[in-house]
Amino acid sequence: MSKMHITTSINGDTTEFLAEADQTLLSALRDNLRLTGTKEGCGSGDCGACSVRVDGRVVCSCLMLAPEAQDRAIETIEGMADGDNLHPVQRRFLEEAALQCGFCTPGFLIAARDLLDRNPNPTETEIRFWLAGNLCRCTGYDKIVRAVQKAAEDVRG
Amino acid sequence: MQYSAPETIESALKLLESDDDARVMAGGTDLIVQMTSGMRSPSHVVDIKRIPELCGVVQTADGGWKIGAAVPGAELNEHVELKRDWPGFVEATDLIGSMQVQGRATPVGNLCNASPAGDAVPGMVAAGATVTVAGSNGFRDVAAHDVPAAPGRTNLEKNEFVIAVNLPPKPPNSGDAYLRFIPRTEMDIAVVGTGVFLAFGESGHVREARIALGAIAPTVVFCTEAADALIGSRLEEEAIEAAVLAARNACNPIDDKRGTAEFRVHTVGVLIKRSIAIATQRAKRQVGMD
Ligand SMILES: Cc1cc2nc3c(=O)[nH]c(=O)nc-3n(C[C@H](O)[C@H](O)[C@H](O)COP(=O)(O)OP(=O)(O)OC[C@H]3O[C@@H](n4cnc5c(N)ncnc54)[C@H](O)[C@@H]3O)c2cc1C
Ligand code: FES
Ligand code: FES
Repeated sequence: MSKMHITTSINGDTTEFLAEADQTLLSALRDNLRLTGTKEGCGSGDCGACSVRVDGRVVCSCLMLAPEAQDRAIETIEGMADGDNLHPVQRRFLEEAALQCGFCTPGFLIAARDLLDRNPNPTETEIRFWLAGNLCRCTGYDKIVRAVQKAAEDVRG
Repeated sequence: MQYSAPETIESALKLLESDDDARVMAGGTDLIVQMTSGMRSPSHVVDIKRIPELCGVVQTADGGWKIGAAVPGAELNEHVELKRDWPGFVEATDLIGSMQVQGRATPVGNLCNASPAGDAVPGMVAAGATVTVAGSNGFRDVAAHDVPAAPGRTNLEKNEFVIAVNLPPKPPNSGDAYLRFIPRTEMDIAVVGTGVFLAFGESGHVREARIALGAIAPTVVFCTEAADALIGSRLEEEAIEAAVLAARNACNPIDDKRGTAEFRVHTVGVLIKRSIAIATQRAKRQVGMD
């Protein structure tokens, strides 16, 4: 089976790559495009480490086929900071020590930024529900929730 | 494996006809997991998300709703009018997975995956949904509860696929509700799920009722016996107890790590009562009856 030629937008840049039809977007990002910020925890939709935004919606890139990316707009963690300027949610994760090993962090950041884009004033319950698809095995969720609350304050200005 | 994303229903049908091992994909949240775990290996995945007719939610001339088979849960949950008419169905769909899963998962995929525990299914059946099926002979409408045949298998013909879920116009003084029991508070698979729809007459008696039970039999149970026990009543205790008994009698559950058969039968009764209460409250709130 010959590979498929996919043209897509990744973090605003038109990107072309070759993919197997049954390859996941996660694998294409990491293995073909070397965008390794997006992580693979479970490969089955449970952990959220592979979260990316596709046409404005956060999805698990392990539950999307690479050829589906054709003509879509993909946003990964690599596009979150503006040069050296971290996004508020990234800065607050650092300041609030909301990470230990950091493996889950890109997924949490993608999901948390999406929440704040939609609702800059979420309640704690809303934050916890929104992040229910992201698992962290070391930091514990309280620090993460606190970092998102602080970032929300920053976003509201 | 081959991947195609046709842009018309006709070309999707042709692709399905051309390959016996082809499989339709909507959100892929079941299918891709099944593929990566080696449970299924279709030779051709036909992605239906690029067919424009399948990507929208429209209100029909009679006041019902036509929900395209490619519309994910997140979009339904943002649809204010649909949610106002059929909150139980929308909430049932919204229970599927995380926000990431909601960005992709469709109620039709939930139905066609034919898991006994699919959450959108009892919600859809209680709402009185049909699905429109496209095939080589044209289109046909099928009651949602007639779609699953057995765990993992549907009654659709090999080359057919669902293009839409149709919800009827919501009658006056009516409400629907779906509840499930899971051992955790989020992100788990239903041990029992109950969908209830009630419509009340002028004098406050139940004019119309539908009850659907999930995860207590190989396929969803559309329990007319339980609904009949409520129709004509004013939801007196005896009527509700009769509905509970009928629902418990309709159960044919298994024991598994999530719950014993006995626990499931018991829980069906508890959840039906609570679902009836929510559906009633929703019906009455509309007319300010209490
Ligand atoms: C982390 C996680 C959590 C989950 N949690 C839940 C949960 O809480 N409750 C629950 O019920 N489910 C849950 N699921 C399962 C899954 O998300 C749902 O069943 C979802 O509704 C499937 O929809 P889909 O569009 O992704 O289907 P797909 O994966 O695209 O398809 C599922 C099946 O249906 C067939 N199919 C799809 N569309 C059509 C069509 N239009 N016509 C004919 N056949 C079709 C496919 O061929 C496939 O066999 C979860 C899944 C994950 C990964
Ligand atoms: S790797 Fe995708 S959800 Fe875990
Ligand atoms: S910081 Fe290690 S998994 Fe979350």
